[in-house]
Amino acid sequence: MSKELIRLVNCRMDFDGETVLDSINIYFNDSEFLTLLGPSGCGKTTTLRIIGGFLQPTSGDVFFDGVRINDVPPHKRRVNTVFQKYALFPHLNVYENIAFGLRIAKVPNKEIDERVTEMLEIVSLRGFEKRKPDQLSGGQQQRVAIARALVNRPKVLLLDEPLGALDLRLRKDMQNELKRIQQQLGITFIYVTHDQEEALAMSDTVVVMDKGRIQQIGTPEDIYNEPKNAFVADFIGESNILDGIMRADYVVEIFGRKFRCLDRGFEPNEPVDVVIRPEDVDIVPADSGHLCGTVTSVTFKGVHYDTIVDFKGFKWLIQTTDLHRPGEYIGIKLTPNDIHVMKKSAYSGMFGDYSSYSAEYDEINDPDAVIGGEETVEEALNNEE
Amino acid sequence: MKSKALASPYILWMVIFTIVPLAVVAYYAFTNSAGEFTLENLANAATYWPTFLRSVGYAIAACVICLIMGYPVAYVIAQTGASAQRILYLLVMLPMCMSFLLRTLAWVALLRDTGLINTFLGFFGVGPLPLIRNAGSVIMGMVYNYLPYMIMPLYTVIVKLDPRLIEAAQDLGCDSVQTFRRVILPLSLPGIVSGITMVFVPAVSTFYISQKLGSTSDVLIGDIVERQFKSAQNPYLGAAMSLLLMVIVFISIGLMNKFTGDEEVTTI
Amino acid sequence: MKRLGKVWTVIVYLFLYLPMIVLFVGSFNDGRDLSEFEGFTLSNYVTLFRDTDSLALLLNSVILAVSSALLATLIGTFAAVGIHSMRGRIRSLVMTVTNIPLVNPEIVTGVSLSLLFVFVGRGLLHTENVLGFTTLLIAHVTFNLPYVILSVMPKLRQMDNQLMDAAQDLGCTPVQGFFKVVLPELWPGIISGAIMAFTMSLDDFVISYFVYGNSFVTLPVEIYTNTRKQMPPKFYAMFTLMFFVILVVMILMNVIQARDESKQKRRVKGA
Repeated sequence: MSKELIRLVNCRMDFDGETVLDSINIYFNDSEFLTLLGPSGCGKTTTLRIIGGFLQPTSGDVFFDGVRINDVPPHKRRVNTVFQKYALFPHLNVYENIAFGLRIAKVPNKEIDERVTEMLEIVSLRGFEKRKPDQLSGGQQQRVAIARALVNRPKVLLLDEPLGALDLRLRKDMQNELKRIQQQLGITFIYVTHDQEEALAMSDTVVVMDKGRIQQIGTPEDIYNEPKNAFVADFIGESNILDGIMRADYVVEIFGRKFRCLDRGFEPNEPVDVVIRPEDVDIVPADSGHLCGTVTSVTFKGVHYDTIVDFKGFKWLIQTTDLHRPGEYIGIKLTPNDIHVMKKSAYSGMFGDYSSYSAEYDEINDPDAVIGGEETVEEALNNEE
Repeated sequence: MKSKALASPYILWMVIFTIVPLAVVAYYAFTNSAGEFTLENLANAATYWPTFLRSVGYAIAACVICLIMGYPVAYVIAQTGASAQRILYLLVMLPMCMSFLLRTLAWVALLRDTGLINTFLGFFGVGPLPLIRNAGSVIMGMVYNYLPYMIMPLYTVIVKLDPRLIEAAQDLGCDSVQTFRRVILPLSLPGIVSGITMVFVPAVSTFYISQKLGSTSDVLIGDIVERQFKSAQNPYLGAAMSLLLMVIVFISIGLMNKFTGDEEVTTI
Repeated sequence: MKRLGKVWTVIVYLFLYLPMIVLFVGSFNDGRDLSEFEGFTLSNYVTLFRDTDSLALLLNSVILAVSSALLATLIGTFAAVGIHSMRGRIRSLVMTVTNIPLVNPEIVTGVSLSLLFVFVGRGLLHTENVLGFTTLLIAHVTFNLPYVILSVMPKLRQMDNQLMDAAQDLGCTPVQGFFKVVLPELWPGIISGAIMAFTMSLDDFVISYFVYGNSFVTLPVEIYTNTRKQMPPKFYAMFTLMFFVILVVMILMNVIQARDESKQKRRVKGA
């Protein structure tokens, strides 16, 4: 594990009596690509600005390399920022924009020239030295902003939604480019975005935030596969979020039916949220499914079909490569791998757009059947309908 | 937080040289020469009510004429090509920077009985017409001096009108008169309001124009205020009249702003 | 309709410029009367340049205009930056105070300042002669300040608020950041504010009239005293010359603005 570089301890931020950050605890390792991910207003930019020194936390401490830096102003921090709309200096050309930090630091001219040229090379902007920012395209401005920050050789680069203003194609290119630069220079990137795809694609670590709190920290795979609560499950990718009851270790009850799962450590009979990813569900003929329902709508998405299936009032999103027309009666199969159990949280019941709680399934409650365990599949089939 | 402090010299300046002086005016208005509190000055000032009425009336007339004269001009300037537009606008601004005393004096030379216009008319056996020393000449003097103040804000608003709005109105079936009445005019209302304000305030308080172009029956509030300070040496009455003048102005601006509700008055 | 509008515009411009043309012609007139042309002469211009008194008056006006414009620009620019960072009620209060000299009748501003000066002069300085250069300077700075602020504020609004953050991020102290990044963005607004303040001050009569003292008389005040008698034609010559000076100044200002605007347009396109 690489060494820890920045740590926020119990950081709280209030603006006009409103809590924007609620006791954040987080650390950032050297040379990692970490993304703060969340919807607007979740506190991700505030966190970034605290690290950059533009804001001082209302309470709590910020440590850099073990030293408390709460009172260190931005210009004395070994941290540089790529701003949301780049904030290039309009009166300076590309070269002078990039050289700006070095000139302030009184670096000798010869060295400035070497370092600026090197940076121009890295961001592939050789030949654009004399251009003013307003003569550059969005993507080029973006590169200048990155070069201007990196030329100072910061230990940490902060990026505040740097790709937000670019169109989709350019964004994908720049994602790869950023990842490449980060690996090439081996410095820490702290990246803020609301785009979950971007976060999953680029990061070593993703921090999911909402309402001023950290919801989950983990690798992209962890976050996607084992979301900690309904918010994370909903925000990262599409998910069907259902109410369930943990009957025993590895056994969860959904729709009054017991399914085998990989989760344990819950109280007996603890209510839980259950996430089922749309792409994990297999559609099978009605007579061989664990649950059966009617297709209500189908949308072609290129790679797959978004199929909405109504299970007696519960609408699920299922992604399949096969076309099932609306009105078709189909069955689904779930394996223990497909079922993700989460503790109930403040977000329970708020998401899972495709399903909603209904009392109907409680009536056909069969306490003995456990679906997904080999021994009970037959039984489950018999009990269906 | 620190940058707010940059405004403190300014705020200090404005308090000492704008707010305090107004307080001093109020103080004088309610004081007699012995330094005692009195309402006499205000009572005296109130006896000049025909003058106040005349000033307000002349100023309103000047506003209306300026609006009618200025609107088409502002519109034409706004519709002209970019470089000609700059020149035309500059030519409107320019007279404002030139001595209004001398320009008003030139009007005397133009309008008086032996003046240029009457001499010219004389060649045709007309006149001399009574072009000066009446209400008309005073109002004309106001219009002449303050017309640019009307054209500027009108132009600023009209030039920013999105031409697509006019196209949209035409697309929806408006003829050119309807387009003007239903789209252009309502959208230029902020300019009209600020133009009227900018003409009304100097017109209602002027003291030079009436002295040069008016007769003794065209005396305005400004003349009387000036007289109190410069010849009659009665600053107490002068202060009281200034106070009333200010009240008139702020009430009219308040009325005008009901139409728009702008924080910053469009000035330039 | 369109042609009618153009014809009307020409008439209005004639109306605006007719008296000025009378003055131009008057400056070459051999006689003293504006309404009677008695023959072409340049003697009015010769008299003007020989006459140290009227040149001294002009110099007074220029000194006053330059110093009040500079002072107002300095105070006003910092004020605009400060006001820009204010929010809510405080900001609207300050903006209301800023508008007072703009909407208050000039004569009231003049009277109020003269009362203040006399009040302070008698009460604190024990003199009857407070009025002079200082009082004129104070008055001119006071009415110039709003113009400076109103021409700098839009530049601040157009400016990317993150520029200052970016400067600090790259190692500038706040003061360095202001001079290296914010100030270059504000220049066009500052310069046009300063020029506007200069011309307003140069031509001001009403306010000056109430706060000048015999120790320091400006050109417009002197012209006013002359309008009561026969106006010496050298002033027409001066008017004509100043017309062209101001024309040049305004064209300059226009060029600055035009350049700035096209820059802004490019910037909008580029982003």
